[in-house]
Amino acid sequence: MEHDWQPRATLKALEQRAASLARVRAFFGERGYLEVETPLLARAGATDAQLAQFVTHDHDGPLFLQTSPEYAMKRLLCAGSGSIFQITKAFRLEESGRSHNPEFTLIEWYAVGYDRDRLIAEVCTLIASLVPGLARDARIVRYEDLMREALGCDPMGDSLPVLQGRVRALLPSAEALAFEDRDQILDLVMGTVVAPRFAADRLTVVVDYPESQAALARINERGFADRFEVYCGAVELANGFQEAADADEYRRRFARERQKRAQRGLPAIPEDARLLAALTEKSLPPCAGVALGFDRALMLALGEHDIAATLAFPWERA
Amino acid sequence: MATYSTNEFKNGLKIMLDQDPCAIIENEFVKPGKGQAFNRVKIRNLRTGRVVERTFKSGDTVPGADVVDVEMQYLYNDGEFWYFMSPETFEQLAADKTAVGDAGKWLKEQAVCLLTLWDGVPLSVEPPIHVTLKVTETDPGVRGDTSGGGGKPATLETGAVVRVPLFINIGDILKVNTQTGEYIARAKE
Repeated sequence: MEHDWQPRATLKALEQRAASLARVRAFFGERGYLEVETPLLARAGATDAQLAQFVTHDHDGPLFLQTSPEYAMKRLLCAGSGSIFQITKAFRLEESGRSHNPEFTLIEWYAVGYDRDRLIAEVCTLIASLVPGLARDARIVRYEDLMREALGCDPMGDSLPVLQGRVRALLPSAEALAFEDRDQILDLVMGTVVAPRFAADRLTVVVDYPESQAALARINERGFADRFEVYCGAVELANGFQEAADADEYRRRFARERQKRAQRGLPAIPEDARLLAALTEKSLPPCAGVALGFDRALMLALGEHDIAATLAFPWERA
Repeated sequence: MATYSTNEFKNGLKIMLDQDPCAIIENEFVKPGKGQAFNRVKIRNLRTGRVVERTFKSGDTVPGADVVDVEMQYLYNDGEFWYFMSPETFEQLAADKTAVGDAGKWLKEQAVCLLTLWDGVPLSVEPPIHVTLKVTETDPGVRGDTSGGGGKPATLETGAVVRVPLFINIGDILKVNTQTGEYIARAKE
């Protein structure tokens, strides 16, 4: 306790952090991205039911520490910025653990004219330049196939009681859990059964998410969300979309999440009127965007197993 | 008693689970992508000592357990209960066989023990790490053999049996580690 003032990361880790940040800036510079900065504290926040926000106030009302710079960056895209990237802090209340620090560093970028697969290739190239020793090719795998293999049943077609029975057999410690919907069951399987089996020395890219987990990804002609997640071992490194663009689609998805929040008794988050105005008055150019957890990539590069080892002052010492 | 949200989980936190007091010994936060967060928790049942794993949805709450650790002085036992006294309040408590467990064989009057109390009732008793006890029974000592090799069993005044070097005699006072059950040295008194 008395050594709380001292940095948690070693000097070597801090040097690698600095060198990696420089590499990231060079990576985007070479590819013609514009570096931008957007507010950390804003009037609106992400409506996702799974995200909890730090809230503060001024005389005009509540302000939300941003869980990601997505909404503001999309306003820039609507305004004609072209391809942009940002290295920023993001804040997620109550997300704390070996792979989570409530305040963390995100690299988020939007590539105008890219489709999902072109962005996946770019993300993997950037990760490979930060994390040495990874196999050259990533393994691309469909979400539904992973779930079917892990559960031994049809993850989308079988009833909830069937799924619950399978989960209890796989994970006896979850016996007493009450699930509200299919996605909650699948989330548990993803986090405790599927991801821990991913290769540690190769990137795994999960694609074709169910529509219910689309977030703000486009729904493709096959009915799946054009969303992808990049894992290295069980560590989730990046989440990306081929972006939905239609303002009404955003309204519907915000409403769905706000309704879920209300059902679960979570604090209401106002929908981002400025983002909706931007999508309505201008339009989001066809693009793909992704957020990469920088601290986690650094953790892997350093061979560490706790994100705290990458941070000068992790949460307990902040 | 307070309730705790999974967000307050940390090692050592005492909670009630299946009507038993438990201590958290490991807490892993799992959150896939944009999905639901879970806490995978390893928990020691303080009554049975068993370790179980339990998965919670993050944000779930559990009742806290009124479990505290207090230092108390051992007084005596009547074969059924072991009696302890708080050196500060002079309050006395009785611990049953289950709570005393293995600690019983190390307890000599006035030994300061760590008692874990649940709702004021002793759950477990931890003896001092080092105790000095007299040998009441052992084979005759072998003079001059201070090698410590080989050894022989010796019964101590509290009933515990430890392995001692061959030169130890009945009436010797020994310093013993109660965690390993090992002889450390001869003590003066």
